[in-house]
Amino acid sequence: MSGIRFEGVSVEYGGNTVLDRLDLTVEPGEVMALLGPSGSGKTTALRAVAGFVRPAAGRVLIGGRDVTALPPHKRGIGMVVQQYALFPHMRVEDNVAFGLKAQKAPKAEMAGRVAEALEMTGMAAYAKRHPRELSGGQQQRVAIARALAIRPGVLLLDEPLSALDAQLRSGMLAELARLHRELPDVSILYVTHDQVEALTLADRIAVMDRARLQDCGTPQELYRAPRTEFTASFVGNANLLPVTVAEAGALFAGRALELDRGRAVPGAHATLCVRPHLLGLGAGPNALSGTITEVQWRGSTHRLYVDVEGHRIKADLPELRETPALGDHVTLHFEPRDAVLLAAGVSDG
Amino acid sequence: MLVHSKTGRWAAWGLFGLLFLPLFALPLLVVVTASFSTHWSGAFPSGPTTGNYASAVRGESLQALTTSLVTALVASLLALTVGTWAALAAARLKRRGKRSLDALFMLPVAVPSVVVGLAVLVAFSKPPVLLNGTSSIVVLAHTILVTAFAHQSVSAAIVRLDPAYEQAAASLGARPAYVLWRVKLPLLLPSLTAAAGLCFALSMGELSATMMLYPPDWMPLPVRIFTATDRGSLFGGSAVAVVLMTATLLVLLAVSRIRTRATYR
Repeated sequence: MSGIRFEGVSVEYGGNTVLDRLDLTVEPGEVMALLGPSGSGKTTALRAVAGFVRPAAGRVLIGGRDVTALPPHKRGIGMVVQQYALFPHMRVEDNVAFGLKAQKAPKAEMAGRVAEALEMTGMAAYAKRHPRELSGGQQQRVAIARALAIRPGVLLLDEPLSALDAQLRSGMLAELARLHRELPDVSILYVTHDQVEALTLADRIAVMDRARLQDCGTPQELYRAPRTEFTASFVGNANLLPVTVAEAGALFAGRALELDRGRAVPGAHATLCVRPHLLGLGAGPNALSGTITEVQWRGSTHRLYVDVEGHRIKADLPELRETPALGDHVTLHFEPRDAVLLAAGVSDG
Repeated sequence: MLVHSKTGRWAAWGLFGLLFLPLFALPLLVVVTASFSTHWSGAFPSGPTTGNYASAVRGESLQALTTSLVTALVASLLALTVGTWAALAAARLKRRGKRSLDALFMLPVAVPSVVVGLAVLVAFSKPPVLLNGTSSIVVLAHTILVTAFAHQSVSAAIVRLDPAYEQAAASLGARPAYVLWRVKLPLLLPSLTAAAGLCFALSMGELSATMMLYPPDWMPLPVRIFTATDRGSLFGGSAVAVVLMTATLLVLLAVSRIRTRATYR
């Protein structure tokens, strides 16, 4: 059983801090997603675990062992990257056997472990093929088999599904979840910019932005009760409304809203986070009236952009019988328990 | 083909023929024709014969051919080893170090080969390293001259090599030496064979530095062609030149066959 631990890890490239004092623990057997936009430092954090970047400060521990100064080949990790990086001059079975041969595993064991890894990823029938004869999804399975064959304690996945098309991606996502159930001892660090992947697969999500860890928690925690504006908008694309905290609720653009104030001090400026799909059309509690500025039909839903007192509010509504027209006057509402009050600066979703 | 209109395409082919034929094809054709002749006084040669070849593939000419082949083989293998080693090492250096190493290796190209030949002659004519009068000095000069090309083409290939392969191998627990032998060099193989072919061809044709260095018992083919034509034996020299050309092309063809089999992408 081995987890991953970042202790104040900073990484610098030519004077720029690309990872700023990261403290994070991935428990043994846990799937931790590092979620963030490009340039947020998430891939750098993964590469620090793999040993491809050297931290300017801090320590990286794998299974309780300090690996900060160890070269990559001594760290006992499995890694899968976005572009697969299968060795083009080797057959699938030789790709999968590569780690075992490099580590001088006993010959007798080798064939069995290669077969096992290929079986696990459903690629047993392709053992004699060359990587160029496989589709993208198949190549990705081989890359996963190759990483699993050495039975690593931690598995690092760097945007493993980004190069696949949408349909394959959801299939592979289910496969990864199944693999994790079959290998309950392996800790997985999963770097992605796609919130769906993170929400689906991860036990916990670490949200990164501008080289820093912004938030960390279970998918439900981050989705229902984000702690920062960045998390709220990046995970689930929430509406962020600048409000002033009042005795019983908050004031938004001069309207009184009824909500659970929590520990916020009356009179303080805060941000109200409301998910687009939790807004309803028509009168109700916490009604917000405005003018439609944009309508997007998304199959099962309609996304409306409504201008309320100069603030752009997104609402995802179950497909409407009559498509609303631009410029129509509409009223939206939300339940008090569906909104989260964030202590933060003013920002407009 | 970037030219789309029919007239444009014909014009391009016409221009190509106009430039290619007299500049490249015709001189070679003249040498081949001369090698089958005994006289050439008018516009066309006369006295067709294969006698020139009879002497071109035996005796001293045959020995010169062997000398050239051995020299070129040894020099290109040495150059490939040194050039690849330096290119792999340079890839790990910081920008400034890499640039100075690249410049150092380009030096023999920038310096006229006569100067390189003279430098090697002066440097190795006295103990402790006395090579003058041995075959080694010719091989050494050729190695110095062609290493630049090996280094440059391998460097370019290393830059294009995706570091993801190396990193994937390292993450699977492979030591750097294992990564080099099992991943990097196999992936560089097409460039290595191309570089070997280039070095071989350059060494086969090297004359100016060789002229200053060759001992009597180690006369490469280009020197033999030069001395033959210098003596006025133009047609015999042409036959030897055709032999040189054919031998080089055959070796390059063999090398290119290795290359196609080793291309994965």
